[in-house]
Amino acid sequence: MSATKQYELVYIVAPEATEQQLAELHELVVGITSKFGGTIDRTEAWGRRRLAYTIGRHKEGIYVLEVISGGGDLVKEIDRRLKVSDLVIRHLIVRVDEDLAIAARAKAQRQATSARRRVARGLPPEPTPEERMRASAAMADDRDEAEAY
Amino acid sequence: MSEMNRGGKPAGKPGERGARRPSGGGGGFRRRRVCKFRSEKIDYIDYKDVRLLMQFVPERGKIQPRRLSGTSAKYQRKLQLALKRARELALIPYATD
Repeated sequence: MSATKQYELVYIVAPEATEQQLAELHELVVGITSKFGGTIDRTEAWGRRRLAYTIGRHKEGIYVLEVISGGGDLVKEIDRRLKVSDLVIRHLIVRVDEDLAIAARAKAQRQATSARRRVARGLPPEPTPEERMRASAAMADDRDEAEAY
Repeated sequence: MSEMNRGGKPAGKPGERGARRPSGGGGGFRRRRVCKFRSEKIDYIDYKDVRLLMQFVPERGKIQPRRLSGTSAKYQRKLQLALKRARELALIPYATD
């Protein structure tokens, strides 16, 4: 059994697809996932979006995001099935667990460092809400300045 | 004395934040050399975040070089990957003539 990894699948469905066809596609993904012993962590329907460039003859598409946990064989199968599907005009599967873990680690590390420095300065480890407000206001000022150029 | 400024916001730290390129020669842009991802503490550059990504895609659709955007090398690499993924999903355009 392959190790569990987390993937993000985004697929773009042709705009003429009906609600039912969309539901069927979702069912397809759910079916394959459960068959390979994976789980769907999250599903997001972004709805109809204008494409940045035409794909085939399409100018817009219906976007769906599915966050899936499972093994590589599961992803392979989903990839194959979506490639075959005429209704899906584009899809992308990306492994995310490693990058998100790295990001989370970086965040934790930063917080730990900040807490340590704050304690060294005799402050409570967490910034008070008031300090937070001031920090975000300063950031907004910075941004205004940047946009002026 | 040496302990005085530790960790605090020293009054005038030279050459950081808000530092501008000297405008020698004239005519050139003056730009802030700060990495957006470092200063705003964005650890994961999401390829789905079109609003964020579009800030690094000028009109023509090319990826903005880091000499212009000030992004650090580490984050430029991540940004590049995110932009390319977003392009594949038709979220942002490929370069156009």
